[in-house]
Formats: sequence, C-alpha cells, structure tokens
Amino acid sequence: MSASSAATPTGPRTLYDKIFDAHVVDRQPDGTCLLYIDRHLVHEVTSPQAFEGLRMSGRRVHSPERTIAVPDHNVPTTPDRAQGIENPEGRLQVAELDRNAREFGVNYYPMNDVRQGIVHIVGPEQGWTLPGMTVVCGDSHTATHGAFGALAHGIGTSEVEHVLATQTLIQKKSRNMKVEITGTLRPGVTAKDITLAVIGRTGTAGGNGHVIEYCGEAIRGLSMEGRMTVCNMAIEGGARAGLIAPDETTFAYVNGRAHAPKGEAWESALAWWRTLQSDDGAHWDKVVTIRAEDIAPVVTWGTSPEDVLPITGRVPAPEDFAGGKVEAARRSLDYMGLTPGTPLTDIAIDAVFIGSCTNGRIEDLRAAAQVLRGKRLAPNVRGMVVPGSGLVRAQAEEEGLHQVFLDAGFEWRLAGCSMCLGMNPDQLAPGERCAATSNRNFEGRMGRGGRTHLMSPIMAAAAGIAGHLVDVRDVQAVSA
Amino acid sequence: MDKFTTLTGIAAPMPLVNIDTDMIIPKQFLKTIHRSGLGKNLFDEMRYNADGTENPDFVLNKPAWRGAEIIVAGDNFGCGSSREHAPWALKDFGIRSVISTSFADIFYNNCFQNGILPVVLPQDAVDALMRDAGHGANARITVDLERQVVTGADGTEYPFQIDPHRRHNMLEGLDDIGLTLAKSAEIGGYEQRIAQSQPWV
Repeated sequence: MSASSAATPTGPRTLYDKIFDAHVVDRQPDGTCLLYIDRHLVHEVTSPQAFEGLRMSGRRVHSPERTIAVPDHNVPTTPDRAQGIENPEGRLQVAELDRNAREFGVNYYPMNDVRQGIVHIVGPEQGWTLPGMTVVCGDSHTATHGAFGALAHGIGTSEVEHVLATQTLIQKKSRNMKVEITGTLRPGVTAKDITLAVIGRTGTAGGNGHVIEYCGEAIRGLSMEGRMTVCNMAIEGGARAGLIAPDETTFAYVNGRAHAPKGEAWESALAWWRTLQSDDGAHWDKVVTIRAEDIAPVVTWGTSPEDVLPITGRVPAPEDFAGGKVEAARRSLDYMGLTPGTPLTDIAIDAVFIGSCTNGRIEDLRAAAQVLRGKRLAPNVRGMVVPGSGLVRAQAEEEGLHQVFLDAGFEWRLAGCSMCLGMNPDQLAPGERCAATSNRNFEGRMGRGGRTHLMSPIMAAAAGIAGHLVDVRDVQAVSA
Repeated sequence: MDKFTTLTGIAAPMPLVNIDTDMIIPKQFLKTIHRSGLGKNLFDEMRYNADGTENPDFVLNKPAWRGAEIIVAGDNFGCGSSREHAPWALKDFGIRSVISTSFADIFYNNCFQNGILPVVLPQDAVDALMRDAGHGANARITVDLERQVVTGADGTEYPFQIDPHRRHNMLEGLDDIGLTLAKSAEIGGYEQRIAQSQPWV
C-alpha cells in the first residue's frame, strides 16, 4: 500500500484518489472504507444468488434507480432469438433476471429490446456511465467504463448482493499506476494494439493491486470507443481498474445520451468533470511509458493475453522465456498447435470473430468494414460479426456496413457476448483457429479445444481475407 | 447470517492435503441459480461413482459420518477457484466448521460470509483431532468460538486464534451486509449531500 492509502490525502492527488475520496461514506482507522456505488450493472450469470439472498433475508434493492440489468452472456445471437433460448439452464438464468429485474424494480433491458446488448456497451450507450462515478458489475470487464474517468471494476456474487442491499462496497485503496503512451500511433495501429502492447510489456500480473490511469498524447487522440477498448483489458493486465481522465471527447460522447444530465444539471456536472484529472506532483507507485511510434499491429500467439508479439514476429520457443513461463509457453504452444520459429503471418485460420465488449462498438465495425469492402473471406474461413448492442447493430445497418459483411461472407448476428466466452451456442470446434477481436485467449475460452489469436478488428478482417494471420498494413493502405 | 457460538458434533476425517474448491463442488454445478441445494453434490466426484451410485469408501458415505458437522482436513483446504459455491455446498450438507493447519485465503474469507467457522490449529492438534474424528459419534469434538478453544474427545483443549472482528461478527450472526446496514444513517447522509451537490448522479 502507498503511504497515502489509509487517510484522506491532502497533497496532490491522482484521478483515482479523487474519485475514491469523493465516494467514501465511512473510513475505518485501518483504511477500510465504505464506498458509495453510483451505478450497479447486473447480468444474468452472476446475479441470481444475490437476488435470492435479498429475498431470503427480506431485503430490498437499496437504489433500484441506480441498478441496470441486461441479459448478455447466454443470449442467442441468431435471428430466431425471439423464439427463446434452447439451453434450459441458460433459459432459466435469463428468465430469473427477467423476474428479479421486474420484482425489484431495477432498470431493465430485456433480451428482445433493441437497446439490449453487452452490459459494458449498453451502460455507456444509454448514458448510465458518467465521469467521476463509481461503477461495479459482477463481471471482470467492468473496467471498460474507466474510459469515462469512472472508477469501475468487477465484483463477486456476495458483493453483488452487498451493493444491491446497501449501494456501497467495502473497499481498501489500491495503488496508483500510470501508463503513458506518448506520441502518435502509426497507420494500421489501433487502441487494441495499445492495450495488448501494454500487457505484453507489463505481463498479466503487472497491474496487480493497482488502478491504472492511461494518459499521454496517443490516449488523448483516441475516440471514446478506442478508450473503452484500452480500459476493457486493464483487467487482463491484473489491474483492479483502468481510468482515462475525461476531456472534450468524453463530454461530446456523453452529451444527449438518454440518462446523461440535461440543462442546468449538465453545466453543473461539466464543472465538476473538468476537475477530474491527476494533479501535478501526484504520487505514482508505478509508471510505464511506451512510445506510440514503437507499437506495431500485434497478435497473441499463446493462451495468455501477455503472449503478445508484433505481426512481423515469429512464434517463440519455450527457451526464449525464463522461470515458470518456460513450462507455460510449452503448454501454450502445444495447445495452440504452433511450432517455434514459424512466421506469425504463416498461421492459417479457420474463423474470424468480430465483436465482444472489447471491440463490438460502431467504430470497430466501421474499421473492419473498411478493410472488407469489396473483398471476400478466404475459402474455408467462416466469419461472424456480433454487434455489441442492438443499437450498434441498427446504426451499422443504417450505414450499410452489414451489407459489406454479408457480401464478404460473414454472418451478421444479433447482439450479445457470443463467442467471446461461448456460454451460448456460438463456439469454436476443437482445434479450430480464430482471429478474434475479444479479450481472452485462455484454453477453451471460445469453445473446448478452440484456438484464439487476439487482435484488432482491422487485423481480424484482414486475416479473414488472407486466410492466415497477416499484417493489415500489407493488405491495404489504412489510416489510423 | 446464522450465529456461531459453540458446536459439538461428529467430525469427518479428510487427511488429504490441498483439497481444492473444484473437489468441493465441481464446475458443472455452477450453473445453478441458487445458493442452496448444492449439498447433494458436495465432493461430487469423490463421493459418487461414474454411474451415479455412492462410493462406499468415501468418508461422508459411511454410516458413522453421514451426520458430520465438522471436517478435520489436511493442509491448505479450499485452494483453487474463488467460487462461493464451495462454502454454499458445505453448509447445505450440514458442515459448520472445518479444522485444518491452513486454508486458502479466498475460501477462508468466503466461509465467514456463510457462517462456517474455519479453525487453524498446529499440526499436532490437527493430528490428535483427526484421530478423534476417526471414531465418529464415539468421539465428538466441540468447537467453542466464544472461548476460542477446540475440545477433543478426551477433554484436551486446543486454543485457536481468530481476527477479533470476524469473531464478533460470527458470534453475533452479523454478515457484511448487516454491518453495512447498521451504517444506514451514514449512507443516507452521503446520499443527501450528493442529491444537493450532484443531483445528476
């Protein structure tokens, strides 16, 4: 713990310090705090026992107006969704969420509402997520919301119940870590490459015990969609949360959203939001600096998000590593079916997945469509585009992007988590290799025996056309 | 949460070290929407044969220990996955205390969330209690949280340490939610301040 962790800091503070301090309801001498939670997002997999707990103890939801529920993990993405979920357990989990949301009176986007989608895409889209807020959800990718300068992280089921019942969470302060991306990204390099490159540098445990603030010119230059992609994977670097200080880009995105403040409240909110940045001289427990110009389009080769290499690289050998990673690399290479020394661009793929809370937003679909326009998937490669929400899907259709994907041979699906974690029927077959825009390349993540290479939407689209991993910069002149 | 003061009961001996939460409740039972009802699948893969029949060699299937309320276990009980389904399954079966030389951290915390008392004792004490446990109903063990002692069948007392706050919460039957609700005035005060200063939140 940093020296400033227990008491309220009085000197220069980080953005994390400021948001944390602003939400302390009660602080014990040992630094244990009761933190107020502004937004509680809920999905069907981690919430049933929490609601059951409330029911058994006769408790109500403390702030249903601050609680937002949406089914996303189990939902089918096929056009026949309206007919219901085939798997009985998945169907029951969604039915329970339906019942709980209505019985406890929380905000709810049911499966067939056009606003339904992945909880981490719906929250920002509807203006629930605002700068300076605390946001929690029983889901590790809650880190996504940090893109707005909100303190956002995943919690367990007991904590879900605690937040439902009290609108607070018992917390101790994490340490402060700064990740600065200086300069300007080169063409063909995206937010996904930034976040993967950071994990490649720090490792999956590099952020343990910390909250990361991403800053620097390259971060400032990102859209909100790109910033969400960066913060989404803070958890893959081990951090409790990722944060980006709000600025005009943030305010422009938020302005006019359904649940964003309006009129006088908007002006008052803006005045506070503009103070939400780290002070000069604030204490950082850890600092990582990367030049944007040094980041290439990257892909993962193994079964950990830290197994990152520039697309120009070759499959590593276990002996390239040290300590426990030697055996882990050996196991990864065996699972992935790869031979050390193989150029990454020689790795043939069977599938392309474009979607997830990491890369399922409109900008991601536009970027992928730009690469795919007038092209077709290579023979034997199947492709699936799963928009992050019903509204993303509608927007894409309005722009004609769906036709680009369909013409290229992709399936154009309904919104949900889909293949990213394979809780619904969208899964890889054993041995099937996928260029994926999602966030985890763990063994079996996208289906038992499935092989996942993580990359950006334009890299995944380019791989689909080529039939193998490829440097998107060789496929066409692309703009950053 | 249920209070825990004193428990006298049959203890089941499980000397195996590193009993992980996957053994306690395998992953296929995590799709449930309930905390309750997991007891029948406690230690599922050790307890049942592939055809679903009981494995007669497993301790909790033997007549002497079917009514066990305590487990005396080998080192590092509850390691692995953080699944809260593990203490849920133990409690649903009827286990209210586990005695070992050491516990995995998350499981240890999860026990307190669910009214199960994990007791850490030195190796020689665990060895002695393991022998008692082997005698089933003929050698009942007493776990006294108030006095912080475990009493073996022969009357030998084994004192144990526990965090004072956790002890207090267990004795009073308080869970985190109950404690936090006791600070309702502070939460309400915070909400009133925010309603004034940040009405959009």
